[in-house]
Amino acid sequence: MTTEAIHDSHEHDHHDHKMTGIKRWLFTTNHKDIGTLYLWFAFIMLLFGGALAMLIRAELFQPGLQFVEPDFFNQLTTVHGLIMVFGAIMPAFTGFANWMIPMMIGAPDMALPRMNNWSFWILPFAFAILISSFFMDSGAPNFGWTFYAPLSTTYSNGSTAFFVFAVHIMGISSIMGAINVIVTIMNMRAPGMTYMKMPLFVWTFFITAYLLIAVMPVLAGVVTMVLTDTYFGTSFFDAAGGGDPVMFQHIFWFFGHPEVYIMILPAFGIVSTIIPTFARKKLFGYSSMVYATASIAFLSFIVWAHHMFTTGMPLAGELFFMYCTMLIAVPTGVKVFNWVATMWRGAMTFELPMLFSIAFVILFTIGGFSGLMLALTPVDFQYHDTYFVVAHFHYVLVTGSLFSIYAGAYYWLPKWTGHMFSERLGKAHFWCSLISVNILFFPMHFLGLAGMPRRIPDYALQFADFNKWVSIGGFAFGLSQLIFLAVVIQCIRGGKKAEANPWEAEEGLEWSVPSPAPYHTFETPPKID
Amino acid sequence: MMTTKEYETYYVPAQSHWPIVGAMALFLIAIGAANYVTDLKNEESGFGGYILIAGLAMVIYMVWGWFSNVINESMAGKYSHQMDTSFRQGMSWFIFSEVMFFAAFFGALFYARMFSVPWLGGDGNNAMTFEVLWPQFVAEWPLIKTPDGTSTTAMGWYGLPLINTIILLTSSVTAHFAHVALEQEKRSQLKLWLGLTVLLGLVFLFLQGVEYAHGYSEEMKLYLTSGIYGNTFYMLTGFHGMHVTLGTIMLIVMFVRVMKGHFTPQNHFAFQAASWYWHFVDVVWVLLFFFVYIL
Repeated sequence: MTTEAIHDSHEHDHHDHKMTGIKRWLFTTNHKDIGTLYLWFAFIMLLFGGALAMLIRAELFQPGLQFVEPDFFNQLTTVHGLIMVFGAIMPAFTGFANWMIPMMIGAPDMALPRMNNWSFWILPFAFAILISSFFMDSGAPNFGWTFYAPLSTTYSNGSTAFFVFAVHIMGISSIMGAINVIVTIMNMRAPGMTYMKMPLFVWTFFITAYLLIAVMPVLAGVVTMVLTDTYFGTSFFDAAGGGDPVMFQHIFWFFGHPEVYIMILPAFGIVSTIIPTFARKKLFGYSSMVYATASIAFLSFIVWAHHMFTTGMPLAGELFFMYCTMLIAVPTGVKVFNWVATMWRGAMTFELPMLFSIAFVILFTIGGFSGLMLALTPVDFQYHDTYFVVAHFHYVLVTGSLFSIYAGAYYWLPKWTGHMFSERLGKAHFWCSLISVNILFFPMHFLGLAGMPRRIPDYALQFADFNKWVSIGGFAFGLSQLIFLAVVIQCIRGGKKAEANPWEAEEGLEWSVPSPAPYHTFETPPKID
Repeated sequence: MMTTKEYETYYVPAQSHWPIVGAMALFLIAIGAANYVTDLKNEESGFGGYILIAGLAMVIYMVWGWFSNVINESMAGKYSHQMDTSFRQGMSWFIFSEVMFFAAFFGALFYARMFSVPWLGGDGNNAMTFEVLWPQFVAEWPLIKTPDGTSTTAMGWYGLPLINTIILLTSSVTAHFAHVALEQEKRSQLKLWLGLTVLLGLVFLFLQGVEYAHGYSEEMKLYLTSGIYGNTFYMLTGFHGMHVTLGTIMLIVMFVRVMKGHFTPQNHFAFQAASWYWHFVDVVWVLLFFFVYIL
């Protein structure tokens, strides 16, 4: 009886074979190759989206119009948002999922390897379409990443159809990626790897994948309605035909709110993996983490209208969505206390993955608290569409999601490359990022409380001082990310040889294989006690 | 609990060029369609339509090639029971995502009926909206006169829609009989029931076309642009029709494969997937018939 997975081969049947050159990457079905592609793509998009953000901050460095026209400013904020959400954060997490989930559950590969390749390769094409709209006569989409009707219908510019179809194929990619993850986790676990033994990153991405297949089709539906309203004369979002622009917001945020958890749940998983390793303690409460994640995912479907408190909803709606939103603080609190309790009296060391994780716990909590403030309907009437909102979601997405991605990248880089990275350069990246990101986003709270609106290229004089600091922080943070690029390139090219388990992690099947991980792992399933 | 033996033969193809072909096809479809609708709106003529057709042709080419690979691998016995489970689970979650796509449009329908139309008629605290915007507006469903005065007629549920409901429900039963016949290895019955299912699907599509032609006639004046009633009617039934078309194509492919002697009582994932998909479009139709036509 053979004990090896069968690999289809055009040449000889040697196991570590892989094509060389571009064909390897175009035709690959290997989860590690595809994970690498996702991660590089996400990082390139991060730099591109960051460049757009720096243009925004250059314009906002002082009051008045300096560099860009208001319409182009709107294009910048729109495409910055779309790229960061769909091009940077989501693909980065999918990259982690591809690399790590098969290794963490002891599977030979993802369940549907060819479809895996398809999911990835759609993305560069989708973003090529989106970015190319900058060069069209009409310019890029300018209605904000949330593309509220009628901005995206009646008043949109000529590139709306390109935006719609780009989002459509991104959605196809996400759905296929999510189906692949679900099937892999349900069907490919090594014998003995029961659900409640799965590493938390696997759990969180499992739940994320369910959110994805539940809401990405709704996004496809709502962009389709935008398309037909704009180009085919329907009136879904036009009161003159019996529709309602507010209906757009309901459908969009039914997608949009689970979407924000799609961008944070995997972060919880990464941090929950890293903190026990460096605190040298078991995670304080494994099952409570699993249940908290599931509760957050469930609640994410019944809170969407907290984005719409100022649209004139009936009072009962305002109250329902306010209380449901506040409920989310409970499972999130379970998580934060869990991380803190794991660190409590642990034998902690502060290597880079841990530094980013601790920064995550503290700064994400700030973002969580500002979210709680925004959840209060009467308070939100004041904060809605101000920089306070911008500060809130950048704390959860940058110091939350992005920091967890860095934590995870530093944690698993030795496994991916077989080399240790330069701790010194990495620490430079950490401290530069940490300081600049707070100069960048913290003053935005004050700007918002003082009433500075979002998505405006010019502002009143009293906001000038804080905006100057925000811009300085923004440039510093943007440039700091180049240090990360340097660390990664250095780490790929060489460095101290990494051991199989360089962090002396207690848990995780990925540490049982050599570093770098062989091209094919677990062709025979590992034994799990 | 899976046994070790099943695990040993998980088939991981080393390389495949079909996914990148598929990605390029979607790229062509996206830019083709975007250019096409943009030109349509600006009343210009361009090359968008050709790119779109090229993209669609490429998708067909990709699906053909990819599925041929998979069928050959399956016939060659490279697939394990575990692989089969992966395919089944993948298909069921794909159908779930399709359900959510329809949910968006049903959501729009319910929102229009429950909220936006009554509000335009002054319901709730919207008395002034009604007075100031369109005081002559009558809130009713089906909305045969929009606030800005476009008139249309509602499509009744009797006649063609009822016949179509019976046809599609019957086809779900015949599809199930075909499946039972396959599992009992009664090949001639399988061919009969499957052929009948395909036929019913085609008749449904034809009648749906007749119904649309009737809707677009001078008599009914029910257009896609006839306000929220026409919007939801055509978008829901239209997307459903597209899914029926896809389902029928799947069933035709299954019919051809049955004729070629494919599938065994134990191993017939593709047939099962097509049949699941068919039951899914059937369920969607029942909901449509209820919420779009009757109520």
